[in-house]
Amino acid sequence: MTKPRAAGRTVGGLRPLALQAPAVTLLLMWMLVPLGMTLWFSLQRYNLLMPGMTGFAGLENYEYLFTDPALWSAMGTTLLMVGWILVITVVGGTLLAVLFQQEFFGRGIARVLVISPFFVMPTVSALVWKNMMMHPANGVLAWLAELFGMQPVDWFSSLPLTSVVTIVAWEWLPFALLILLTAMQSLDEDQVEAARMDGAGPFSIFFFITLPHLKRAISVVIMIEMIFLLTIFAEIFVTTSGGPGLATTNLAYLIYLQALLDFDVGMASAGGVVAIILANIVAIFLVRMVAKNLEE
Amino acid sequence: MKLAYALPLAGIAAFSTTVLSPSAAHAETLTVATVNNNDMVIMQRLSSAFEEAHPDIDLEWVVLEENVLRQRLTTDIATNGGQFDVMTIGTYEAPIWAEREWLAPLDDWPEDYKEEDLLKPVVDGLSHDGKPYALPFYAESSMMYYRKDLFEQAGIEMTEQPTWPEVREWAGKVKDPDKGIAGICLRGKPGWGENMALVTTLVNTHGGRWFNMDWEPEIDSEAWTQAINFYVDLLNEHGPAGASSNGFNENLALFSQGKCGMWVDATSAAGKLYNPNESKVADKLGFAPAPVAETPKGSHWLWSWALAIPASSNAKDAAKAFITWATSQEYIAMVGEKEGWTSVPPGTRESTYANEKYQEAAPFADFVLEAIREADPTDSTLKPSPYTGVQIVGIPEFQSIGTQVGQMVAAALTGEMSVEQALSNAQRATRRTMERAGYIK
Repeated sequence: MTKPRAAGRTVGGLRPLALQAPAVTLLLMWMLVPLGMTLWFSLQRYNLLMPGMTGFAGLENYEYLFTDPALWSAMGTTLLMVGWILVITVVGGTLLAVLFQQEFFGRGIARVLVISPFFVMPTVSALVWKNMMMHPANGVLAWLAELFGMQPVDWFSSLPLTSVVTIVAWEWLPFALLILLTAMQSLDEDQVEAARMDGAGPFSIFFFITLPHLKRAISVVIMIEMIFLLTIFAEIFVTTSGGPGLATTNLAYLIYLQALLDFDVGMASAGGVVAIILANIVAIFLVRMVAKNLEE
Repeated sequence: MKLAYALPLAGIAAFSTTVLSPSAAHAETLTVATVNNNDMVIMQRLSSAFEEAHPDIDLEWVVLEENVLRQRLTTDIATNGGQFDVMTIGTYEAPIWAEREWLAPLDDWPEDYKEEDLLKPVVDGLSHDGKPYALPFYAESSMMYYRKDLFEQAGIEMTEQPTWPEVREWAGKVKDPDKGIAGICLRGKPGWGENMALVTTLVNTHGGRWFNMDWEPEIDSEAWTQAINFYVDLLNEHGPAGASSNGFNENLALFSQGKCGMWVDATSAAGKLYNPNESKVADKLGFAPAPVAETPKGSHWLWSWALAIPASSNAKDAAKAFITWATSQEYIAMVGEKEGWTSVPPGTRESTYANEKYQEAAPFADFVLEAIREADPTDSTLKPSPYTGVQIVGIPEFQSIGTQVGQMVAAALTGEMSVEQALSNAQRATRRTMERAGYIK
């Protein structure tokens, strides 16, 4: 008989911490160096166009940032955008998942088609929506409106936020659908059958069996989407450039404006720090919510 | 085993081609950054002639859209990156970058360059302390294009010098919503180089200015309010649908497709509008000077795209050889022969306008020359102003200010905000930027 391997605490005489150390250090550096530099730059007077004006600025960048009405409007826009897109994708995704779970002719092809928007690059889908769908003269929507004798809507100037939300929701709906459909497939058919035998209607089945079953998947969808949606950029850049006014300027776009239009590295870094804080606040709530759901 | 032999062999092969081949040992590589406008695309196509004449210089092109190019160039030059040997910059950047000693001065010309032939206002716009820092590739002012056939139909007589109120009246007469023809197309897309170029000339001619002599912004002044109200009303009543997302290129497409009765924009569009292959209205095209309101001062802009050499380049002589080639009389003649005379880069040399072939091909030539000569960046506002530039303010902060104000003007155009509110927001934002930059307390 060979000697049993040391159980639990040590491997080959080394404590697990020592084994993990290189990887953890690397990861920490990967994260801490950029974060530290951002913090450092945010305290500097650093504008690329003003080579003479440098030096420690203290909290001046933050002072200007927080007294800038654009910041608050950008925060509001960010939350509004994320909120609406989540509502649309989760509700729409759930309903579509139920629909695409049914047996019907050509289901395979339909499933592939409905998932495909997710694989289109954000810039490309923004361009397609801008020029082929929502354009007030050449777009499909304008053509439809005229078909019904209505005035074509100039989407990006009269309903800017709605337009951006529509485009991004169109991109992310398939993602929600994909996850939720997979979850649906693990739903126990016998349970549904039994409920039906007991006389439950389709609505009761949906609300009392399907929805509770999808709860975990939904929280995963919300969490993953949130991470990506806080940084929506390409769609805004391509379609509205943050406007008109500040109607579609979210935090990511505001930082871009400061960094690459004003070339104000200090301000942009301060904006970046604020974005990190906002993301963390949102994440704390989310992770709690999801963790609670996953524990059940 | 095969791989083990192949790798060193490949290494030796690579070594011998880089070190032993004579051309690679001598040739200097010039990295040329330029904007994807039509004239520059032609330059890229014709540059093989330059490479043939200079076998020791290889050209490498970076062709980008205007905004992206500007970002790349600014970050490169401000951080002393040294990626580029030739940069395409505009009237706005040249003096500011020259002041920061980011550009190499250009005064000893090759013998046959004929610098006295270059148009003076254009060269002045690219100079700092009387020394040029960039050579003009093409230059433009602004003017009004209109549809002769629609004007005739409506019984309108074009005047020698149209005024904005007249334009508004005409726009109401020539528009034809059933045929999808708007009365007038104007830039609405936000940006200091987009809507603000036109809007600033409109403000100038209404008697307004960006700053008073103490650098206090005057964006909420009476003249601005009048000008923006006029602009918003004009476009909402007689403009095309979705005007707030139309920039130069969008309007060019609209006008050349026959969707606009009038268009006030860059003179550089004339060549394209007059070319029957690219424009449906080539035979119905009329020209007029840019409209005026209270004062003719600053009613039309002055802009040029120019080639400059960054101070960080380590191939300055080769770069100079290239930019003097690309802005020479010979180059212009070559474009005329190979691409047709309407495609010649306009607005840079007297000799272009003296050329009979160009005069014949381009009936708008004298018009453009006159507009460029008349534009005076040092005296563009009714009340005196501390800055140079007609449709720009020659300070580094203007990119940011112009973009922010452009957003507000676009918001007023779409009705997102009232004109008063948009202008007072713009005033506040501009004041903040100027305070931060230390111009005012």
